[in-house]
Amino acid sequence: MLSALRTLWLTFLHLFHRRETIRYPEQKPYLAPRYRGRIILSRDPDGEERCVSCYLCAVACPVDCISLQKTAEDGRWYPEFFRINFSRCIFCGYCEEACPTYAIQLTPDFEMSEYERRNLVYEKEDLLISGTGKYPGYSFYRVSGLAIPGKDKGEAEGEEPPVDVKGLLP
Amino acid sequence: MATIHVDGRDYEVQPTDNLLHACLSHGLDIPYFCWHPALGSVGACRQCAVKEFRGEDDRAGRIVMSCMTPAADGTRLSIAEAEAVAFRKSIIEWLMTNHPHDCPVCEEGGECHLQDMTLMTGHSYRRYRFTKRTYRNQYLGPFVGHEMNRCIACYRCVRFYRDYAGGRDLDVYAAHNHVYFGRHEDGVLESEFSGNLVEVCPTGVFTDRTLANVYTRKWDLKGAPSVCVHCGLGCNTIPNARYGEVRRILNRYNGEVNRYFLCDRGRFGYGFVNGPKRIRRPLLAQDDGAAEPVAPTVALGRWASLLRDGRAIGIGSPRASLEANFALRALVGPERFHAGVADAEGRLLETVVAILRDGPAPAASLRQAEDSDAVLVLGEDAPNTAPRLALTLRQAVRRAAFALAEQQKIPHWQDAAVRDAGRDVRSPLVIATPDATRLDDIAMATLRGAPDDIARLGFAIAHAIDPAAPAVEGLTESAREQAERFAALLQAAARPLVVSGYGSGGEAVIRAAANVAQALRRTGRDARIVLTVPECNSLGLALMGGAPLSAAHAALRDGRARTLIVLENDLYRRADRASVDAMLGAAEHVVVLDHTLNETAYHADIVIPAGTFVEADGTFISNEGRAQRFFQLIVAEDGVKESWRWLNEAARAAGKSNARWDTLDDLITALGEQLPALAAIRDAAPAADFRIAGNRIRSAPHRYSGRTAIHADLTVHEPKPPQNPDAPYTNSMEGYYGRMPPALYPFFWAPSWNSVQALNKFQDEVGGALHGGDPGVRVIEPRPGADSDYAQEIPRPFARRDGEWLVVPQYRVFGSEELSALAAAVAERVTGPSLGLNPEDAAMLAVVDGDAVALELGGASHVLSAQIRPALPRGVAALSIGLPGLPAVALPAWARILPAPPELRT
Repeated sequence: MLSALRTLWLTFLHLFHRRETIRYPEQKPYLAPRYRGRIILSRDPDGEERCVSCYLCAVACPVDCISLQKTAEDGRWYPEFFRINFSRCIFCGYCEEACPTYAIQLTPDFEMSEYERRNLVYEKEDLLISGTGKYPGYSFYRVSGLAIPGKDKGEAEGEEPPVDVKGLLP
Repeated sequence: MATIHVDGRDYEVQPTDNLLHACLSHGLDIPYFCWHPALGSVGACRQCAVKEFRGEDDRAGRIVMSCMTPAADGTRLSIAEAEAVAFRKSIIEWLMTNHPHDCPVCEEGGECHLQDMTLMTGHSYRRYRFTKRTYRNQYLGPFVGHEMNRCIACYRCVRFYRDYAGGRDLDVYAAHNHVYFGRHEDGVLESEFSGNLVEVCPTGVFTDRTLANVYTRKWDLKGAPSVCVHCGLGCNTIPNARYGEVRRILNRYNGEVNRYFLCDRGRFGYGFVNGPKRIRRPLLAQDDGAAEPVAPTVALGRWASLLRDGRAIGIGSPRASLEANFALRALVGPERFHAGVADAEGRLLETVVAILRDGPAPAASLRQAEDSDAVLVLGEDAPNTAPRLALTLRQAVRRAAFALAEQQKIPHWQDAAVRDAGRDVRSPLVIATPDATRLDDIAMATLRGAPDDIARLGFAIAHAIDPAAPAVEGLTESAREQAERFAALLQAAARPLVVSGYGSGGEAVIRAAANVAQALRRTGRDARIVLTVPECNSLGLALMGGAPLSAAHAALRDGRARTLIVLENDLYRRADRASVDAMLGAAEHVVVLDHTLNETAYHADIVIPAGTFVEADGTFISNEGRAQRFFQLIVAEDGVKESWRWLNEAARAAGKSNARWDTLDDLITALGEQLPALAAIRDAAPAADFRIAGNRIRSAPHRYSGRTAIHADLTVHEPKPPQNPDAPYTNSMEGYYGRMPPALYPFFWAPSWNSVQALNKFQDEVGGALHGGDPGVRVIEPRPGADSDYAQEIPRPFARRDGEWLVVPQYRVFGSEELSALAAAVAERVTGPSLGLNPEDAAMLAVVDGDAVALELGGASHVLSAQIRPALPRGVAALSIGLPGLPAVALPAWARILPAPPELRT
């Protein structure tokens, strides 16, 4: 009896508390930058695709909802296609953890409901954004040993000029 | 046996092995780089350090390289001892100071021995903050990519390429901490074994360029045990596929056959499977001659209507499986089944079967060939006709060096020391061929002659070994002495080997080889024989039998047959154009089952899309008589089906009661009942109902990715993967993987061993047989007590003719084989057809190297580019064969050669 009255009293007190419910969608909640929502593919500071099609996101994905194929142009690796089946995605963020180039990132956007399941299949055109996302400065090819247009062998960060194989100096 | 004590436990090991070999054989993990089971130890990388103790009381111990330390009885060592662990970790840390930040864009990533070893040693953080060394890469041809920055200088590549495979154009340059592994300048790697660098390199310096275009990580590649289709040796392979497309071929270890290495034709010839000329749907010829794709039921209905009158004959194929050939044989009836090889080749194969079955010398597997201590090659240009055999012969000549090393108490695995001690010591290898071969550099003696002269030499050697063998009439004194010298070499050996086969083009040469083997056998030597055959199932087809090709022509011409069914065979490669045209013209209807459009298919009324070796299951019989099963890797979802299944469906549609089997195993059972000599093929691999703990075996690695996204662009409902009813595999990552019957391994992987080096975990002993024995069953062994009579028909010596040349076949490793030449990467290596001529003959004809000459052969004139071959005897010309646009005629044959008329010179 006493506990029932106490419950009524506490509920009554809530009339005077600050309201937690917000009027979504007119009013948007604050989501931290690290919120794990819709996945995007970012670009490096030079505006090139960051994804090098290394397949690490695909293999890290616990629900196997990422599928891609590598292709290359002038020594740079790209995904020929990059597909995420968001109807399977559990937004765990493992793909972002696995990504060695900061290409794949989760964003604070969860508004992606669809009436048709197939509309939740995102291709590379749907995923690729024009900016660098959360990691503004990083460019994988500036540290990688591969030669690409505009960056020859020995021109990456922390690299010596190429060895002269025919040189006799010690 | 010796006992060694490793971290407090005792292990029984071979005292002749080194500690690394012994520990790996027992499943212990020691990281290593420069050691390779086929290449031995050099102690270059310092990675396999362990601590060795002098006795039970020795607490301090000392660090030794396990690959350079014998597994002597009573050795005490520790792998887990703290100082050894720290030592190994620091070695990796040093290697990593220069290793680029490349793993995400490296084709080796995910199957990289360096990655595995880095994890195994526990190195995880780069303390070195200074600059990295870089190199420029080289173009090495269509097969192998080069990325020198990744090199850890283990020297495995040059040790394989130069020391093991005899290549000359890959070497190490520069000095100290910037040694460079490559060619002296950009260019195509010359060796036909260059593809093995991809597997030998522990990191991503040498990578598979055919895979790079459609790159997929190892964990995403499905595999299936398979058998190479590009020559008759039957090397075991693992084709890998993703998105329904074959993307590479890996070596599949078979201790008796190919062991660790493949040739480039076998590794890179798979491209025809994805080729633009693949037949994907049944085609029906229309009235206007064009072929229209039709539904399978329509094609089957039409085909069945042709079968009902019972006047169909079949032509089988040496590149189709035994099962497909048998299904055709059953459909048309054994007496109406024809072997799909040229008549001369058919006779040659019959001779081979007779020699292997009735002669006293058993066929040698490649491993047995490698153990031979004297080799006689008669007429065979092995580097071009059976490349993997040439690699084996290169190892066989090292027996003498190993024997010398043993005398000097050098262990066999001390690679550098054995090579030093045996620098100029080689076991006898005698090569008698019409033209120079790429094995001549290791031969003790080479002889050049026309096929008949080679045969005469063989007969003379046989007679010198055993006087009961027929003597050769009219031999010159020097030739007789030579024969006696070679006979003495073979007699001095404990395990002599005789090599011959289809490359010689002459039956007499093969019979001479058989006589030599027989003579050696009769005089108490453990002699073996290797007879090469041209295609992957040539021997299987020969064992099945069948009327010759000319009989098919006769049957069609006489009207005894109306419908011709051609199984996976381009008849224009079997006989000259005129006779094939006539044969196809004489047939009222032609049905062609094949996987790739060829000239024969253009003459067909019905073209049926057959599966290649990756879309079908079946059995091939290799040149040593080993039946080996290959399994379906890609379950094709369009019209492509196994040939035997199409034939089976045609039989049903035509209401025939024979040739009806639901599964491959039923077919194999029926085959065994009708052809008892082939009944053993059932044991080549477990049947389709084989299960381990109730599970099928998975064909994809456990981390196969993208399963809910691969088809999502087409349907989000994730269709069930198609299931192959004929093999014990799932078409996905569900199912069993672990120890299994050795014929079934779809890939090799073990925890913390992601690279090809995981193989160590699947062998009884490193470099030995796979757990459970090497796959395949021999279906031909000499009958007990077999000792047929010596062949007596000795050919007359070769005599030059005026104005005519004896044209002998010149096989090319790239180009002469039909299917591999369709692969884009191999096609890049194919050079145009040529006619080899002796320099004096060329001078007589007034042609120089590269000039056009006209060859009048088989009733037609062909313009070819002359190639001056100094080794070729006078009066003999070598015609590159199997290349497109060249006549398919039985060689050797006499022909006229003229300088090409000016209007034909291009």
